[in-house]
Amino acid sequence: MTKADIVEKVYDNLGGLSKKESAEIVELVFETLKNTLEQGEKIKISGFGNFVVRQKKERVGRNPQTGDEIKIAPRKVLTFKPSQVLKNAINP
Amino acid sequence: MTKGELIDIIAQREGFNLKKAEIVVNTIFDAMGEALARGERVEIRGFGSFEVREYEAYRGRNPKTGEEVYVRAKRAPFFKTGKELRERVDLS
Repeated sequence: MTKADIVEKVYDNLGGLSKKESAEIVELVFETLKNTLEQGEKIKISGFGNFVVRQKKERVGRNPQTGDEIKIAPRKVLTFKPSQVLKNAINP
Repeated sequence: MTKGELIDIIAQREGFNLKKAEIVVNTIFDAMGEALARGERVEIRGFGSFEVREYEAYRGRNPKTGEEVYVRAKRAPFFKTGKELRERVDLS
């Protein structure tokens, strides 16, 4: 499933909107999610899951090809925790 | 940000009423959840991709009591952050 499939469903479920407008509104939803996460704020979608930005500390890793030690800089990463509802739907 | 707050933002930005904004947001997350329940991969360019991963059964331990527990084979959703969002989250 891609964004285009989602646009199609929004178009079907919402009368009175053109395909182009449907695509714009879907784009707006994802852009809003991205802007929120970019600010470090978490997103909670009941029935789906939570998106959380986590701060990772600096650590020493290893290049698996050469075995060389490398320093991995502190960074922020995004994690997704699926809701129980989604987990159950996937795992009937 | 909760799903309700996301719906409010979409309602304001598009000059939509709340009901329509709610349909849009619910359609998006329902569509993604249903695709995952079918075992389908979901790819939203710039945001990330979701896929269903299979986990084998294993013997684990309750970390509180030390008691041995049997964990059944399961399927679980896995999210990989897209390149654009990964960079935006880290730079924030």
